[in-house]
Amino acid sequence: MSVPPKLQEPHLARRHRIGKAFEWLCCGSTWFGIVVLGVLLLSVGWKAMTWPAPKAKPAGSPTASTEAQQLSPPLSKKFFTNYHSRNPREAGLLSALWGSLWLTVLVALFSVPIGVGSAVYLEEYSIEGRLKRLIQLNLSNLAGVPSIVYALLGMTAFVKMFGLFHKDEEKTLVVNLLFTTVDVPLPFDRTLISGALTLTLLVLPTVIVASQEALRAVPSSIRIASYALGATQWQTIRHQVIPAAMPGIMTGVILALSRAIGEAAPLMLIGALTYVAYTPGDISNVSDIFKNPQGLLDAPFDKFTAIPLQIYQWINQPKAEYSHVAAAGIVVLLTILLLMNTAAILIRHRFQKQTRW
Amino acid sequence: MSVAQTTPPLTLKPASGLIKKFSLTRAKEGVIKGLLFVCASLSLVTTLMIVWMFLTEAVFGIGGNTAFFQEVSLLDFLTDTQWSPQFSEKHFGILPLLCGTVVIAGIGGLIGLPIGLAAAIYLSEYAKPKLRRIIKPLLEILAGVPSVVYGYFALVFITPYVLRPIFQSLLGIDVDVFNAMSAGIVVGVMIIPTVCSLSEDALRSVPGGLREAGYALGSTNFDVSLKVVVPAAFSGIVASFLLAISRAIGETMAVCIGAGLMPRLSLNPFRSMQTMTAYMVNASLGDTPAGTIEYKSLYGVGFMLFLITLGMNILAQRVMKRFREVYE
Repeated sequence: MSVPPKLQEPHLARRHRIGKAFEWLCCGSTWFGIVVLGVLLLSVGWKAMTWPAPKAKPAGSPTASTEAQQLSPPLSKKFFTNYHSRNPREAGLLSALWGSLWLTVLVALFSVPIGVGSAVYLEEYSIEGRLKRLIQLNLSNLAGVPSIVYALLGMTAFVKMFGLFHKDEEKTLVVNLLFTTVDVPLPFDRTLISGALTLTLLVLPTVIVASQEALRAVPSSIRIASYALGATQWQTIRHQVIPAAMPGIMTGVILALSRAIGEAAPLMLIGALTYVAYTPGDISNVSDIFKNPQGLLDAPFDKFTAIPLQIYQWINQPKAEYSHVAAAGIVVLLTILLLMNTAAILIRHRFQKQTRW
Repeated sequence: MSVAQTTPPLTLKPASGLIKKFSLTRAKEGVIKGLLFVCASLSLVTTLMIVWMFLTEAVFGIGGNTAFFQEVSLLDFLTDTQWSPQFSEKHFGILPLLCGTVVIAGIGGLIGLPIGLAAAIYLSEYAKPKLRRIIKPLLEILAGVPSVVYGYFALVFITPYVLRPIFQSLLGIDVDVFNAMSAGIVVGVMIIPTVCSLSEDALRSVPGGLREAGYALGSTNFDVSLKVVVPAAFSGIVASFLLAISRAIGETMAVCIGAGLMPRLSLNPFRSMQTMTAYMVNASLGDTPAGTIEYKSLYGVGFMLFLITLGMNILAQRVMKRFREVYE
């Protein structure tokens, strides 16, 4: 009104220029991470498909070049059927693949019931009060604890069991399951079960918080309607609330599991970083399960390795070829994680569209 | 939701179905509730186990077991400038490890925090919904890449193809194969999604009315986002920064692979450095037998790490709670 427009205009143009520059800066920042991701994928993918160039050989030796061409790349069929080998061209990740599969299944078996159970208790049963606040606060603090601390906990609590069993007293507990027996080492030592329990502790806060959010999103009218029809609280939860919250819970669980698959540090402290040339329970393909069902029960108490550990082992090898083998392992790991992430996103989208409350 | 409890006292005898008496269904409900409570309390048990572990292994040993700080005095631990548990003359000074952690987390923060915040501003203030729908899942994928992969990327790509050409060939600074810079850069990339998604939540919770008021006063888009929205969401942004830094400090594999295993008290980011987390991984590799001082040092370092990250997380929660602007 009182400000003469003439004075303002040059400033305004400059301000808009600054604004435009800022917008571009922000846009660039947004794409920065994604570009890095792209470069990472390309460089790893390229490494996984090639072997290092042979060291300067005499120029006229055709055998060397044809030999190099005939070799299959690091990421080939062989990679999935071989164990780790001293010869990088023969190295594969069979034992790691099965180790990771077992870990995922066991972590899911432990963390889903406990995680969803906790979330149900906190959201559906517990009364607002000191205890609930304490558990909530504790959960958010646990989510921020670094994975290496969980690793230390896993080592202390599961591998050594707080030193309850002295070195010379280590024993094997034979559990009788009527039709068969399972040898359970006590303490658990460096077995799959120690790794799985440690990873369970690690992902549990994530699973609980995701499930809580999913349960909170279920409108209370559904619960009230169920009570009105005479259902008890547990019947309501079991048949109405949990099914309605299922997509959210599943998304959270898949994301938590994909985190567990990629974790290396906890497993390393547990001492899983060893040369393992067998698969847990001697099951290395589906038909082995039928040939050797006992293996299913023995597997959790076997020593193991996992994909990220195997990758770390390859990175630490001095031979240049192992760097390419590690890249092949990374491609496999990232493919698995990408598939799981996509599944989580698809589940979320599909059910977001379908549910109408 | 049992009906019997809420029934007002009547002179008439209530219908038999409403009297609270033993029934299988009620017993089952009680048992289930108990089981779920056990599940929920497991998280408390986890915390207690962590605390118990550090107390017995690091602070005060029980059952003939001496704890780390009973063998190494706290003063030496905090002031000694050497960390050499593997040598014959053992020194347990946390400073070199702390230095490595601070340098790497610092580089990571310098890269990750501004970029993450700028990305959050872009996504919440500028980007169209369609673009957001593309970028958000991509950022989620970035967050899901395991830290071993980032370590590999630092070692085989960033050091030889980014740092060496720029700093060694052009500026003449020696760059080690393992160096804190490459680790810091990947840690920065790793925390971008954390900062971005948490800050974006904070920015988006600022009500539209504030923005519109800003525009009505003649502000440009830039003025509104930087002078209205960002200050209004400041507590959330600070909290996201603290959480991201705490993640950077706790980061293990990327740092272990990228920065190497040489404890060094220096600020030169182009040399190999060891962080607290990397030491813990390295010490466990050698299969140190339980009971030795090297083994106990794991708990000493772990305790330190735990206290630092816990402190930052609690601070972040406080900031969120204390300074949050409440909009109706």
